[in-house]
Amino acid sequence: MGLVVAENITKVYSVVATKVSKDYTAGEIAIRALNEVSFEIEPASFVSFVGPSGSGKTTLLNLIGCLDKPTEGRLMVADTDVLHLDRKQSASFRGNNIGFIFQDFNLIPVLTVYENIEYPLLMVQNVPGGERKKRINALLEAVGMADQKDKYPDQISGGQKQRVAIARALVTNPKLVLADEPTANLDHKTAFLVLESMKKMRNEFRTTFIFSTHDQKIVGEAEIVYTLEDGELVGKQAKGGKKNG
Amino acid sequence: MGNLFKIAIRNLRRYKRRTLLTASLVTIGVVFVLLFISISGSFKNMMIGQMTDSMLGHLEVHRKGYLASIDNLPLNLNLKMQAYKKLEGILNQQPEVEAFSPRIKFGGMFSTFVETTNIRLNGVYPDRELKTVPLLPSRVTNGTKKTLEKGEIWIPELMSKSMKVNIGDTVVIIATNKDGSVNGKQFKVAGVLESITGPGGRDGYIHIEDAMEVLRMEEMEVSEVAVRLKDFSRLHSFSDKLEGLLSGELNKQGKPIYEVHTWEKLSPFYNIARMIDIMAFFIKLMLIAIVLTSIMNVMIMAVYERIREIGTIAAIGTLPGKILSMFVVEGFSLGLLGVIAGNVLGMIIIVIVNLSKITFSFGRQTGLILSAKVAPMDMLVVSLIVIVISVIASLQPAFKASRMEPIKALRHV
Repeated sequence: MGLVVAENITKVYSVVATKVSKDYTAGEIAIRALNEVSFEIEPASFVSFVGPSGSGKTTLLNLIGCLDKPTEGRLMVADTDVLHLDRKQSASFRGNNIGFIFQDFNLIPVLTVYENIEYPLLMVQNVPGGERKKRINALLEAVGMADQKDKYPDQISGGQKQRVAIARALVTNPKLVLADEPTANLDHKTAFLVLESMKKMRNEFRTTFIFSTHDQKIVGEAEIVYTLEDGELVGKQAKGGKKNG
Repeated sequence: MGNLFKIAIRNLRRYKRRTLLTASLVTIGVVFVLLFISISGSFKNMMIGQMTDSMLGHLEVHRKGYLASIDNLPLNLNLKMQAYKKLEGILNQQPEVEAFSPRIKFGGMFSTFVETTNIRLNGVYPDRELKTVPLLPSRVTNGTKKTLEKGEIWIPELMSKSMKVNIGDTVVIIATNKDGSVNGKQFKVAGVLESITGPGGRDGYIHIEDAMEVLRMEEMEVSEVAVRLKDFSRLHSFSDKLEGLLSGELNKQGKPIYEVHTWEKLSPFYNIARMIDIMAFFIKLMLIAIVLTSIMNVMIMAVYERIREIGTIAAIGTLPGKILSMFVVEGFSLGLLGVIAGNVLGMIIIVIVNLSKITFSFGRQTGLILSAKVAPMDMLVVSLIVIVISVIASLQPAFKASRMEPIKALRHV
């Protein structure tokens, strides 16, 4: 966890972003997708980044997830300065510290529900068989997919796929889980069920959940909501707390 | 590794039609190569067998310089008795040697009292010659096959026909010895020899003692010694060994007495055999091209179709090396599938070819039955070629997949 020391108080954070900027080039034109964004996210929190399309939510999640690198600024994720990780180190870091939940579920179609959850343990972390089985079965029970474990992704519904994706993201015991528009392809009822699953997982495994959305009904489920507009952080709202920005 | 295979096989099953088509292409390639190797190889081996087992022997030992003048059958380049005895002693001690046969080769006149023509003759010990070239009796189309008695002659078929000489007829052989004196001897025709392609394929045979008598040799002088080995596959190693053993035997001028030649140096058919090998090589090259293009095509498609999947597995922490392995294993599995199917189908077709008893002709020999055989080593080599090329063909797409930026791959539509 990132450490921030201020006035003799040491606080531990899952993510510390300090003036993080990200530029893209489209042809000869440089586009600033994020502009000097700074924030801290505490462990086991349930955080949402909201904002309209093009506000920089996905870019920010990609930076936190070590899928991309900031152009400027400093970004500490799980106590690691991710700016200096090379390709292989980034992959290894992601495999050991970060779980991903995608908008389109992104399950591997040739693997069953059980095998999809098993994949990161087997192919990324090389966890022994007994331990693998224990963790997968616990997660299958937790997301309510135990009876569907032998089905392939094309044999289950969208909500079920996302629950499998949550289990896959959590099976490696990551320090944080990143979910980019996790409910965008789900109806509201299923979306709330998925969010409930995520919260339940957070409570059970003390994992930090960071997700992006522009669905205001879903936003209400988050404990802390950061608002992004045109690549800038324009607000922070803690549930039951005061609104900043 | 097992998991990589599991994922690879499931991905192959995912695109059944494409997998089937590509595997079929590899299978057809393997079948064609195996068929070509088995049929051409059997043809080649049969021909080599005909050459060595009915005429030449596996290798021959001559006096140094004899082979260069072999067309003249020079009597002055025969091995003297002492040199032959030394050679005989050495050959008797070699466990690889099954049999050997000394020959006196000479040219002479063949007369039926009505007509006269020239003839090339081999003076042999019939029992030793038949042990060295066991298929020789099979060439005797007419007459006694088992042996050749003193005073008897086996004549070439062409001579029998053109001069109307039949079994039991009396003929005269006239020859000039190395001193220049001429001598003649009557023989009874005991057999007519079917001609075969190559030098010596139209020679006559008489007993070695008759040859000595015609040539007025007081002491036997040998033109060549034909050697048959127990294991033909050890021909070259034994030839080298024998050359080594004989290289120490020097004449008064300090030069080697003997020269050793395998059948390859004695028969022009060796060039045909080499051509068959070259053709087999080019057929293998074609197989390589088929496998390379078909597997590479499929793997490029597989990578292109699975870009988002690659992005997903890369995002969740799969190392680039493992992504590379996944696609290489997929290409390997596809090649393996083609190899297994190709070998099985190839063997079935070879069995069918053999059951069909297809006949062919070689030179004047007709009705030779095609006996297609493929050596396990050939199957192994073909299989290895396909598998190695499958892996090589997968490398470029696999490398591309492993180098993909997960963020770009995840955005791919």
